[in-house]
Parts: sequence; structure tokens; C-alpha cells
Amino acid sequence: MFSKGLAPLAIATVVTLTAAFTLVFFYAPLDADQGFVQKIFYIHVPMAIVALGGFVAGGIFGIRHLRSGDSSWDLRSYVAIHLSIILGLGVLVTGAIWAKASWGHYWVWDEPVLVSFLVVFLLYCVYFPLRFAIEDPERQARYSSVFAIAAGAFVPLNFTAVRLAEAFTHPRVLSQTGGDLPGEMRLTFLVTLAGMTLLFVTLWKLELTAKHASMQLKKLRRRRAERREAVAA
Amino acid sequence: MIRAAGTILRKDLLLELRTKEAVPAMTLFTITVYVLFHFGLDRNSLDGDLASGVLWVTLLLAAVIGVTRLFAAEREQGGIDALLLAPVDRTALFVAKASALFLFLVVVELVALPAYDLLLLGPGLGGTLPELPLILLLGNVGIAAVGALVAALAAETRTRELIVPLMLLPLLVPLLISCAQATEPLMRSEQGPEDLGRWLGLLTLYDVVFVLVSVAVFDFLLED
Amino acid sequence: MTWLAAPALPLDEAGKYVAAAYVVFLALILIYVAIMAAKLVRIDRELTQLAEEDE
Repeated sequence: MFSKGLAPLAIATVVTLTAAFTLVFFYAPLDADQGFVQKIFYIHVPMAIVALGGFVAGGIFGIRHLRSGDSSWDLRSYVAIHLSIILGLGVLVTGAIWAKASWGHYWVWDEPVLVSFLVVFLLYCVYFPLRFAIEDPERQARYSSVFAIAAGAFVPLNFTAVRLAEAFTHPRVLSQTGGDLPGEMRLTFLVTLAGMTLLFVTLWKLELTAKHASMQLKKLRRRRAERREAVAA
Repeated sequence: MIRAAGTILRKDLLLELRTKEAVPAMTLFTITVYVLFHFGLDRNSLDGDLASGVLWVTLLLAAVIGVTRLFAAEREQGGIDALLLAPVDRTALFVAKASALFLFLVVVELVALPAYDLLLLGPGLGGTLPELPLILLLGNVGIAAVGALVAALAAETRTRELIVPLMLLPLLVPLLISCAQATEPLMRSEQGPEDLGRWLGLLTLYDVVFVLVSVAVFDFLLED
Repeated sequence: MTWLAAPALPLDEAGKYVAAAYVVFLALILIYVAIMAAKLVRIDRELTQLAEEDE
């Protein structure tokens, strides 16, 4: 059910990411200020953008779930959020590495993307304890969707607020996300962004397929057990 | 819908007046935290961004207490089933609970602000008028809307007391940013608003978004 | 157009940080794949078991 198109997606991901990393190390010019360290930007920022997109997608799937009552939307929402958390961890770690290399500290408050990301990450971490503290499966799915929707609406608001606050106190140190990148850098960035997006969608479908297969198995087992009881009776 | 909301609200307010559980606790908590800050920061008076920050962070932490207690009455006396069986629009329930929280916050602030002026605030409270009440008003709307939503989300979970602060506080960060930034210039030595429009605009946007989202999704909570 | 601008990996300070970041990215993906693989193994085992029960 979810696995449609998974194989071509996986191939597309490999091709795009390989092309992307080739571009990063063999094509993109060295940054004048930061030097070689700037190369981290090509995985750090796309990961952040895709993770945030994943969170918002989780909210949209939550809306679809509440409107239709179809639990497959809840599953899509759960996996999207789950994947985004993992990517989010990567964002924070690569962000810390970049910060240490650029400014000497593992964490800086000057970067609005990173700071707002920390808040979003902290919020979405609560998704799982909330979900698993509710026992009834139907209610669990419903409440999770509500959370996903509220949190999804929160993401752009939070980003705006943090951006405004930082712009006020610290002038924007790095205008990375596409602003005034020279042509070669922009191309490289876009390709890595595309690769990261494809990666996310591929892993998302992969996990959905695995979960679905598990669920089908459970259903099979249950049905056979019921049938055996009926025969014995 | 308005009448239903009004009835529920009146019930909650009467209950609070009689039992005096949430509001005194929130107020006492706020003043205690001011004392903690005095010792923690080792300062006799605060001004500017420090004053603004301490005020708002304390308020948010007090709000956590209020939110955790918001559905307490229904939970403890089993009233929630009666409420759900009655043909009450969920939106009415949301409006009632959010309004109750809003009013609790107002009462707390009426006591906490003079206390703050007395204990920690360097420049006088008078210089913050008339802008501060406006910021507080808009801020309370946001806290009330998000608080009611989080309270409902956490209402039926076993780990309620842990989940509420973890959910509520990150969600309130944009509100905190707007309110603290708006209040900060009011609490400097040369008091006067600065960039108020920008922050109030963001705050209003936040309020509108979360009121709309909460009203839209509240129907799906507290069902069955 | 600065083609082939920097394939020379200066294994000095900068190189280590960049490498660390990319390694983190790779590690995350590989750990994820490993977990998926484990799930697949479990599903396969259960399916075989079910098939055997049927005989």
C-alpha cells in the first residue's frame, strides 16, 4: 500500500545525493570567509529545511486523519514526525560542529535557524510521550493528530519570532539560505536540498511499508488464532 | 454557544472562588519565584531586558500550574462524562476553559505586578503604563488559548503533570519573545516603548493562529 | 566558473570538522537502515513461522 514507487525513489535518491556530494567537494568554490568549513552548510541547512518540512507535513497528515478518520493518515503523520526528529538530531549535531569550527563554541544563539530549530525539536520530542501515555488506540491517534496540527502551525510562527528577535539584537551573521549565494554555490545547495528531500521521502515510504507489513502480520496471526478457537469450540 | 460557554465558565469561576485552589497557588508561586531570582541573580533591582525576562518567564511558569489544573475539577469528580454527554458544543467548552484561564491570569497579574514593583523592579511600574496592560492582555489571550488546548490534550494522559510543561512552554516561546521584547524598553531607566507595533503585531498573529487552531481541533478532543 | 575548486582535502583543522559533520549524517542514515533491516528480519521470521504452522 505504501510501497508504490519506493524502488525508483530509492534510485533517484542515490543518484541525486551522489551528484550532490560530488558537487560539494569538486565544484562548489571555497567560501571567502569561512573556507573549507563552509562545506558543512551543504548538509546542515538542507537537513534543517527538510526536517521542518517533515514536521509541517506531519501536521497536514494530521488534518487529513481527523477529517477522514482513516488511520493510515495517522501512520503517515507519525512516521513523518519520527523521521524529522531523527533528522533534527542530525541538524543539531552538525550545527554544533559548524558552530565550533566557525566560532569556537559548540552552541551560538546568533543563528536563528538553529535556535528556532532547538525549540521546535524540544516541542516535537513531547509527541512520543504524549502518544504512548494514551492507551486507547483510537484516541491515541486522534490526540496525536491534534498535537501534530498545533505543532505544525507553531513551526512558521516560531521561526518568524526567533528571526525577528535575532535580527534585532544581532545582525544576521550568515545569510545562507539562498539569499545571496554565488551561482555555483546555489546550484550545489539546491541539488543537496533535492537529494535530502528525496532521502526523506524514500525513508518515509520505507518505514511506512515496514510498519504496514508488521500490522498485516499481526492481523493474520489474530485471525488464525480466532479461527482456531472457533474450530475448537 | 455563548450561553453554554457562559454557564460552564460561571461554574468554573464559582468553583475556584469556593475552593481557592489554582489562583492563590499561581500567585504565591509567582512571588516565590521573584524571591528565588533575587537570591539566584544576587540582585536587589532589575531593569531593562533582565526585568522584562524575569517577569515573563515567571508568568509562564505560573501559567503551567493553571493549565495543569484546568480540567482538574472535571477529572476528580467525574464531571467530564456528564459534560460530554450533554449536547454541548466543544467550542463552548474551549471558550469557557480559555476564558477561565484568562481571568485567573489577570487576577494573578493584578497581585504579582505590584509585588514585582515592590521587590525587584528598578524603574517604577508607573512608567510602563499604558503599554504594559495592553501587552499583558494580548499575552494572556495567547496563553489562555494555547493553555486550554494543551490542558485538553493532556487531560486523559497518566503523565499529565510532566507532559503539560513540556508541551506548553515550547509552544509559548514565540509569545514569550514578543512579550519580553515589547516589555523590555518599558523597563529601562529611560522608560518608553520601542518597536511596540512590530511585537504587538507578532503577538496578535500568534493569538489569532492559535485561537483558530484550537477552536478547529477542539471538537476532536474529549470525545467518547 | 571555478571548476574543480577544492578537491584537495586539507587534513588540517577544517577538514576534520567537515568530515565529522558528514560522518554524523552518514551514521544517522546507516543506523536507520540497520533498524529497518532488523525489522525486516523479524517480519520474515514470523512469516516463515506462520507458513510452517499451516502445514
